[in-house]
Amino acid sequence: MYKIAVLGDRESVLGFKALGLDVHPAETAAEAKKILHQLARDGETAIIYLTEQYAAEMPDEIARYKDEVTPAIILIPGKAGSLGIGMQNITDSVERAVGADIL
Amino acid sequence: MPSANVNATRMELTKQKKKLRTSVRGHKLLKDKRDELMKQFLEMVRENRALRKRVEEPLIRAHGSFTVASALMSSEMMEQSLLYPQQSVDLDMTFQNIMSVNVPQYHFTTKSSDAGEIYPYGFATTSCELDDAVDALFSVFEDMLKLAQMEKACQLLAEEIEKTRRRVNALEYVVIPDCEAKIKSISMKLDENERNNTIRLMKVKDMMLEENIVERRKETEEAIAASRAENG
Repeated sequence: MYKIAVLGDRESVLGFKALGLDVHPAETAAEAKKILHQLARDGETAIIYLTEQYAAEMPDEIARYKDEVTPAIILIPGKAGSLGIGMQNITDSVERAVGADIL
Repeated sequence: MPSANVNATRMELTKQKKKLRTSVRGHKLLKDKRDELMKQFLEMVRENRALRKRVEEPLIRAHGSFTVASALMSSEMMEQSLLYPQQSVDLDMTFQNIMSVNVPQYHFTTKSSDAGEIYPYGFATTSCELDDAVDALFSVFEDMLKLAQMEKACQLLAEEIEKTRRRVNALEYVVIPDCEAKIKSISMKLDENERNNTIRLMKVKDMMLEENIVERRKETEEAIAASRAENG
């Protein structure tokens, strides 16, 4: 059985606790990085939902796990709204595969 | 660009021809693989985009309700209400093979399927915006899982396509032309050797014929000289 983790600032992720997900509040981006690595290393977490606000500060960490099967790091908008990074990532993967943004 | 040093032997020629055959075949196969991957990938990306839009909007709405709720309630109260969830989610992961790319598929089971049981708190002391927020999160959760599956699949496919594309290009623009150039240079060298040999043989034959003629002439001259001596 795998776990689903939610990582972000306290107010953005607290609500997911009601759904029974693994909630990891982080106060700073550095702390979020640490938690992300821990979650990725334990091998039990299949999906990590990460708020875009923190994701903006750790593109390298996210890129590192992009080609791994677990964990899937999925960006979700935080409490301050969407930054469009999630959409940008889709465009980036198209660019990576095709060589140009054709959509 | 043919590499300069290649042994001009028949064995090397056979080797290069075999390599060329394999490369051409591999190139065709990889190209087909790339095309099929691309087809599936583009379909998935379109779906991924739609799904992401479908997830982001309700999530932002849920955050809105949540912010209002946290303004109305004290933060301790809030934390207390959500501290012990009734709901729990178990995630199971299997793999689907798309053109030799293993893509994860998630199946989840929730402990209780009753929609009324998602609120882990009593309604007396909490704000109704919190209910809205939890409700919105609950309804978007299934789409979030689908999004996770789709997005991971897209990322893995993108990596595979990139790899395949590089291989196809390397074969098409480096390996195959190199092989062809080598084959050409070896066969030209071998032909050249062949002609060299023929010419040498012809030359030798000429020389032998000439020797023969000179000898015959000598004999004839001797015979003539002898008959003259007899007569005179």
